[in-house]
Amino acid sequence: MPVASDNQLLLKRLFQQEFSKIVAVISSRYGLAHVEVAEDIVSDTFLSATEHWTAEGLPPNPTAWLYAVAKQKTLAHFRRQGIYQKKVMPAIVSEPPPDDSFPEIDFSDHQIRDSQLKMFFAVCTPQVASEAQIALALRILCGFGIEEIAAAFLSSKETINKRLARAKAKLRSEGIRMELPSETEISDRLSRVLHIIYLLFNEGYYSRTQDEVIRRDLCTEAMRLTIFLTENELTNRPESQALLALMCFHASRFDARQTADGGIVLYGQQDARTWDAELIARGFHYLGLSARGTVITPYHIEARIAQLHCRPGDDPDKWERILLLYNQLLILQYSPAAALNRTYALYRARGAVAALTEARKLRLETSHFYWVLLAELQKDTDPGESIRCLEHALSLAKTKPERQLIEERINILRK
Amino acid sequence: MEALEKKWAEWAGGIAAQGKLANQGIRLGYDGCVLKSSGVVTDGPFVELREILGGFMVLRAEDYDEAVTLSHGCPILETGGSVEIRPIYPSLA
Repeated sequence: MPVASDNQLLLKRLFQQEFSKIVAVISSRYGLAHVEVAEDIVSDTFLSATEHWTAEGLPPNPTAWLYAVAKQKTLAHFRRQGIYQKKVMPAIVSEPPPDDSFPEIDFSDHQIRDSQLKMFFAVCTPQVASEAQIALALRILCGFGIEEIAAAFLSSKETINKRLARAKAKLRSEGIRMELPSETEISDRLSRVLHIIYLLFNEGYYSRTQDEVIRRDLCTEAMRLTIFLTENELTNRPESQALLALMCFHASRFDARQTADGGIVLYGQQDARTWDAELIARGFHYLGLSARGTVITPYHIEARIAQLHCRPGDDPDKWERILLLYNQLLILQYSPAAALNRTYALYRARGAVAALTEARKLRLETSHFYWVLLAELQKDTDPGESIRCLEHALSLAKTKPERQLIEERINILRK
Repeated sequence: MEALEKKWAEWAGGIAAQGKLANQGIRLGYDGCVLKSSGVVTDGPFVELREILGGFMVLRAEDYDEAVTLSHGCPILETGGSVEIRPIYPSLA
């Protein structure tokens, strides 16, 4: 393999690792209003790296090289613009620089972690809409390219660019600061951060996109962000641990739930031997940690449900326990998905008749999953009605694998 | 005890699954004391009453009929208790 392509691979990996760190440190020093400048500086730094490393070979410590160049470029930028004296200085209230020199950018481990954590809270500020926040998190916290984000959301680069620009404008206009929340705010602010990570994970796990690599990346990134939170004292709280446990249990079945060509393998048909035992073990570890606190969040309950799903076998007792957990989850927080899953658990624990009565009360006619559930509950008692429900589901289904699955079921019932 | 918990969770879960549980409310303990207008505090006051309040829940219902329908299946009914259904008025403030 030629050296240049080796370098490219290394650069790609370094970009993913270092982009968010450098952006966080610069933004933390100069203010969030300059986050776009920070992004440009990092891109510029990697461009320089491509040129230099190709011409002169790899430096002994590539990361240190990147930090040094990013630092130079940052200083040059703010000096050139004269922005520092005019705009940044008045804005920095909390930490005035020691003298009138330009503030030193510090890429120590401590500074990087601290800045990244502040960036988590800034990106997940309630003032920005959730969908824009996920895109912003992917860009700023995970170093995703615009193209990758567009692929993840099944939308165009232009749309994503607009969405990101709006979100960043909001960060500026609302004067969002790079700071850590206080003791009294932490619980609320952290729940917002966890919610965004949860959405990010779901985007990957139940993705609209067919791109297998991106889907996996989204889940991996969501887990990486949560691990980061559990490594910081301020955010290593039971709810973070519960979310991480939930993701470990879900991710353990990632391979088992799809066929080689991207089709869906339903839970009942999954081969338990393909579940990832190491991830399940990690799930148990974090679930244990999460139980030490005094709060029970929806993540705790969902993690317990996911854990039961990682137990092979299909005894009614397992479904009774899952049913109880879904009841508790719904009492804590309603969601259509939880309502449907509760009814499915009721079906597995007590049979179709009891479940059908409850299913009819849900009134989720706009969801194709609702029609699939109604069809499942009537497949033995009223196959004709079951087919009609599936046809309705088919007209509402959004992705190809889902439509395939529904069509297969219709064909089975018609035989 | 566990079976009873499960019954309550199932009834409330069924209401919540319809998106109609606005607030799970609180459960009251069975001991307590009563302050009367005379200033006398008594404990175990409940002997005077045929029924005591065990707790409440806030539901989202279109009308009385729906609220009554949702209340069917409340586990308290199995042990001879009853469910009172009352509207919540918008607060004046």
